[in-house]
Amino acid sequence: MIEVEHITKRYGRVTAVDDVSFRVERGEILGFLGPNGAGKTTTMRILTGYMPPTDGRATVAGYDVFTHPVDAKRRTGYLPEMPPLYPDMTVREYLDFVARIKGVPPKEQKDRVTTVMKRTHIDDVAAKHCSKLSKGYRQRVGLAQALIHNPEVLILDEPTAGLDPKQIIETRDLIRGLAGDHTIVLSTHILPEVAQTCHRVVIIAKGRVVAVDTPEGLKARLQGAETLYVQVDAMGAQAAPVLQAIPGVTRVTVSDHRTGVDGFEIESARGTDIRREIARAVVNSGWGLLELRPMGMSLEEIFLQVTTEEGAAAPAAAPEAPDAVQPETPGGVQ
Amino acid sequence: MNSVRNILAIAGKELRSYFASPIAYVIIGLFALLFSRFFYAYLMVFVQRSSGMMGMGGGANNINQEMIRYVLMNSAVIILFVMPMITMRTYSEEKRSGTIELLLTSPLTDLEIIVGKFLGAMGLYCAMLAVTVAYMGILFFYGNPEWRPVVAGYLGLVLLGGCFISVGLLISSLTKNQIVAGVITFAVFLMLWIINWSADQSGPTMRAVLNHLSIIDHFDDFARGIIDTKHVVYYLSFITFGLFLTAKSVDSERWRG
Repeated sequence: MIEVEHITKRYGRVTAVDDVSFRVERGEILGFLGPNGAGKTTTMRILTGYMPPTDGRATVAGYDVFTHPVDAKRRTGYLPEMPPLYPDMTVREYLDFVARIKGVPPKEQKDRVTTVMKRTHIDDVAAKHCSKLSKGYRQRVGLAQALIHNPEVLILDEPTAGLDPKQIIETRDLIRGLAGDHTIVLSTHILPEVAQTCHRVVIIAKGRVVAVDTPEGLKARLQGAETLYVQVDAMGAQAAPVLQAIPGVTRVTVSDHRTGVDGFEIESARGTDIRREIARAVVNSGWGLLELRPMGMSLEEIFLQVTTEEGAAAPAAAPEAPDAVQPETPGGVQ
Repeated sequence: MNSVRNILAIAGKELRSYFASPIAYVIIGLFALLFSRFFYAYLMVFVQRSSGMMGMGGGANNINQEMIRYVLMNSAVIILFVMPMITMRTYSEEKRSGTIELLLTSPLTDLEIIVGKFLGAMGLYCAMLAVTVAYMGILFFYGNPEWRPVVAGYLGLVLLGGCFISVGLLISSLTKNQIVAGVITFAVFLMLWIINWSADQSGPTMRAVLNHLSIIDHFDDFARGIIDTKHVVYYLSFITFGLFLTAKSVDSERWRG
């Protein structure tokens, strides 16, 4: 449904998007994830025909957005980062206007406006001026605007930004309900959103695609190593070399260091379970074993890892600050 | 057909946004006020002169040439001052508020958007001129001016206004800040008006070029009641060129991002 092939966008000397390629299948929800300034908005603007790419091509619903912009735009609904509302129009006037310029046939216009207002829960503000709307309503009017011509493709730039938790849940449900009939690309920097709404995730950092996968696949793939958190009371001795010497351990990182308590993150090859070996080594050394638990990787950590990997050449070798990861230690030792 | 519908949708939106804000009312009110001042002044001069002439046994003066012509000439200058207020926000406001993203991602061509905006501004401008028709009505009610020269004069005003609007659109498309757009538009209009004031000191070729460029000079014949194709072509090509440059400006903005 959407094909992006080697898209590059340069603003003068700055490269905002660098050789980005991905595909979105019909009825799929693709999450576009990346830190601010990663090139999400630029990519979306290229897909919607707002600006042409410096290089590469993009096809939406079978139409090249650059050579057949009107055909592509007729099949695309777009919610920009800032909902494009006219302050002096009422919500209904605004949607009427958008319906007209999006090519909704005059006979269907009234029906479409009523339908999308219901669907996005904005019928109660139909007669209000757009300038008087709260952020949450503005966002939803923006979403209604994107849906008005019932487009095959929906491109949503941070659709839940500025909404309260209840509205976020409603909007997510709405977006999930739209999948199937519509193909959706949404950008966000809220990670749980991706896990809850999207079928597939494209992670973008510094203008490059760093990972494309399902949310589950991403978790699995990045957990190439099993990580255990171990907290010991080494009685003043150096515990790290001893732990490093345990067969199967690939990497030991100090994550916590206080008097009497040392926390380590121990990585081993995937699929191995070395908890017994660690326990034995600690006990044999005569130390106190305070805690030993496997560490799951949250999406946040995956995200951080993937997006920073690009900058740091060898992430595995990069020394971590001792308190880079602060595992929540229940109960508080001491 | 589709194009017409799109253009009308944009034009309607523009017109509504003028009348939904105080802009339209301020502009029309201001214009009517200035127009009435000139109208009254020239009417008084005309009445005095005419009664003087009749006292000396001559016939009445020609009101078309002695009064309406000057009133129309002066309206052209008032329009020059008022017009930047109409055009300054057309593009810059859309850019500032981000609504330009809606227009540029809708199935519209740049030309449809530009022509729509042009017609919207023309609509407000014509509403502004319509107010002055009431004043002319007074002359027709109490006197008997020729109507054809008056129509020619109004045609000239419409064309002249079209030129101003096309330049105003272009300048508005270059900036996000409507105040900047307004000030620059005003400066450019003034330049287009006074460009031939020093023409007499320059050589014959230069003088001809400068006189040709002076946008208000072309209005002279219209005010007299003459429709000269030369001037009609000048104004129409001026408008086309202005809109063409606006299209280029919008397109280049798209490439630069």
